[in-house]
Amino acid sequence: MANIKRGYVRPLDLKQGRVDMTHGSGGRSMVQLISELFAKHLGNEYLGQGNDGAVLPAPTINGKPGRLVMSTDCHVVSPLFFPGGDIGCLSVHGTVNDVAVMGATPLYLAAGFVLEEGFPLGDLARIVESMAHAARAAGVPVVTGDTKVVERGKGDGVFITTTGVGVLPDGLELGGSRARPGDAVIISGSLGDHGVAIMSKRENLSFDAPIESDTAALNGMIATMLATGADLRCLRDPTRGGLAATLNEIAGQSGVGMMLHEKAIPVKPVVSAACEFLGLDPLYVANEGKLIAICASADVDRLLATMRAHPLGREAAKIGEVIADNHHFVQLTTSFGGRRIVDWLAGDQLPRIC
Amino acid sequence: MKYIDEFRDGELAKNLALSICAEVEPGRNYSFMEFCGGHTHAISRYGLSDLLPPTVRMVHGPGCPVCVLPIGRVDMAINLALDHGVILCTYGDTLRIPASDGLSLMKAKAGVGDKCGDIRMVYSTLDALQIARDNPMREVVFFAIGFETTTPPTAVAIQQADAEGLKNFSVICCHVLTPSAISNILESPEVRQWGTVPLDGFIGPAHVSTVIGSRPYEFFAEEYRKPVVIAGFEPLDVMQAILMLVRQVNEGRAEVENEFSRAVSRDGNLKAQDRVAEVFDLRREFEWRGLSVVPYSALKIRQRYAAFDAEKRFNIDYRSVPDHKACECGAILRGVKKPQDCKLFGTVCTPENPIGSCMVSSEGACAAHYSYGRYKDAA
Repeated sequence: MANIKRGYVRPLDLKQGRVDMTHGSGGRSMVQLISELFAKHLGNEYLGQGNDGAVLPAPTINGKPGRLVMSTDCHVVSPLFFPGGDIGCLSVHGTVNDVAVMGATPLYLAAGFVLEEGFPLGDLARIVESMAHAARAAGVPVVTGDTKVVERGKGDGVFITTTGVGVLPDGLELGGSRARPGDAVIISGSLGDHGVAIMSKRENLSFDAPIESDTAALNGMIATMLATGADLRCLRDPTRGGLAATLNEIAGQSGVGMMLHEKAIPVKPVVSAACEFLGLDPLYVANEGKLIAICASADVDRLLATMRAHPLGREAAKIGEVIADNHHFVQLTTSFGGRRIVDWLAGDQLPRIC
Repeated sequence: MKYIDEFRDGELAKNLALSICAEVEPGRNYSFMEFCGGHTHAISRYGLSDLLPPTVRMVHGPGCPVCVLPIGRVDMAINLALDHGVILCTYGDTLRIPASDGLSLMKAKAGVGDKCGDIRMVYSTLDALQIARDNPMREVVFFAIGFETTTPPTAVAIQQADAEGLKNFSVICCHVLTPSAISNILESPEVRQWGTVPLDGFIGPAHVSTVIGSRPYEFFAEEYRKPVVIAGFEPLDVMQAILMLVRQVNEGRAEVENEFSRAVSRDGNLKAQDRVAEVFDLRREFEWRGLSVVPYSALKIRQRYAAFDAEKRFNIDYRSVPDHKACECGAILRGVKKPQDCKLFGTVCTPENPIGSCMVSSEGACAAHYSYGRYKDAA
């Protein structure tokens, strides 16, 4: 049999090259993009199966079968690269955290990319590398994925959807409806870092603030928290809408109120200055590496000590209590000595005029 | 944060609260209007009313630029964006003001029927100028609203556009004047004849006064015998101003005092005033939401800069549109009613779905009470 010589394929031009429509059309260009970029950085035994779906072992936890937890998150962020991170690592952290706050051990991720025609391949490579790094650090491989290309003007560079699967041991129940009056409200660190880092680089609003996004995978810290055996009712990551939205959500689901103490809520001076300047409230600004824990008051000290021993929880603090309230209000005693509601955000936070 | 935290100190607040409690005369009620939305916001945001004795009542005034903008003015802006295809630039919280036909600038941006407005939020008039430079083939209109604080930046933008020969930039001028609004309230029958709105004094504006100075308020103190204390927007400023007002009332004085001396002088910012005078002229009358038509209460662009007047350039006329029948914004802006007196408050009118303008900006009396204080109604 004649030896068929493999044709030379010119590698992807990561310096000058751009995404074009052929990268999504199902032909050789698409295969090349997948093998030279996605498979190269994200590769693992499951992704390497190369079939339409990944075949995964049945999940177990501590040698026993557990329940599956599944979560999905679409990531659209502008700018794509921001101080402290980019859309790549963010898309891993966001979904890993959504699975982990359920109390589950995140196992696998699926990733879907929507690329806009004309997007620089070099930037795409940076994003995929960052994603791969974040997935390795969190110990959660990307086992399957998909790529589509849309015409120029029909996307915003890159959109990434990630879906995560995790395993939850029988008997562990965390959820927004489990908060009870008397429970403590804990936050793992300072509020608003991600939102302010993003805003500081927005096209029409760049300002120099020495602030980085807090984007991080929380599954490691959550594992240590669960290991304490503390009576945890609920864990949540306060992303969009910030602390205020998350606590209002829990208050509504549990049919309780909350009383927070402004003095106890950690906010970095640079974040509070930027918020002051823009007329925003840090309680409503997004976080990507923080969690809220509601736990039985007897276990607060134990839990806080464990969280503070972890690099992502050094500034963990108890910021308030769950109270009985038929109106399900989240209230705050201000550092000034007054009291007010911390309401849901109405629409977007818009800067005030005066 | 330096220069901010000092004015939010809880311990100092306690001392001021103790002084206010000690100095109010037993059996006497004190009613003070904070003119500015900035003060309304600070009072609600920091829960100041919890620190005041029950005999001191704060009445919210009309000094929220978003709240006093009548429906017809927002309609003009929406019309320009939808029917004239301009790029409409606007400050942030103007986007959500309810206009005719259930529209707002935000909704016009998302699209109405087959039309969709190119509406962009800007932080400064200079951003709007830059958009005009970057889009020479498009008409760019800045929707200029606000009191004396935001007027000088609009004047600067118009002069800058003129100097650069920027032909595609214009302004819908809706700038209004604080002293005319205060006069209007003091002349209203509720205050003057019927006494249904007791007013023992004013907390004077902070940022507005940095521009116009404290002198314009001297007339009110003298003519209407009402004490005025100009105060900063931080909570301690407001507490200190309330204490100063209580003292004036107790001593039978009616003077202009300046608590915000770190930023406000008697004459104000003369350079800014000059710029404003160069570019703007008084309007004979202007409709305010809540106060109705108030003579000589707003500004228009002078003939010299007529090329930058969007009303002339696009030949659009102002058409007055009545507010929702049950909406009490008007009475609330004049201090006649409280937000919770309105039937719509917290039912069909919420910050998510504002019917009246006071529910839009966090400076608005209704939004401030809804977002920060409504636990008091529930108790």
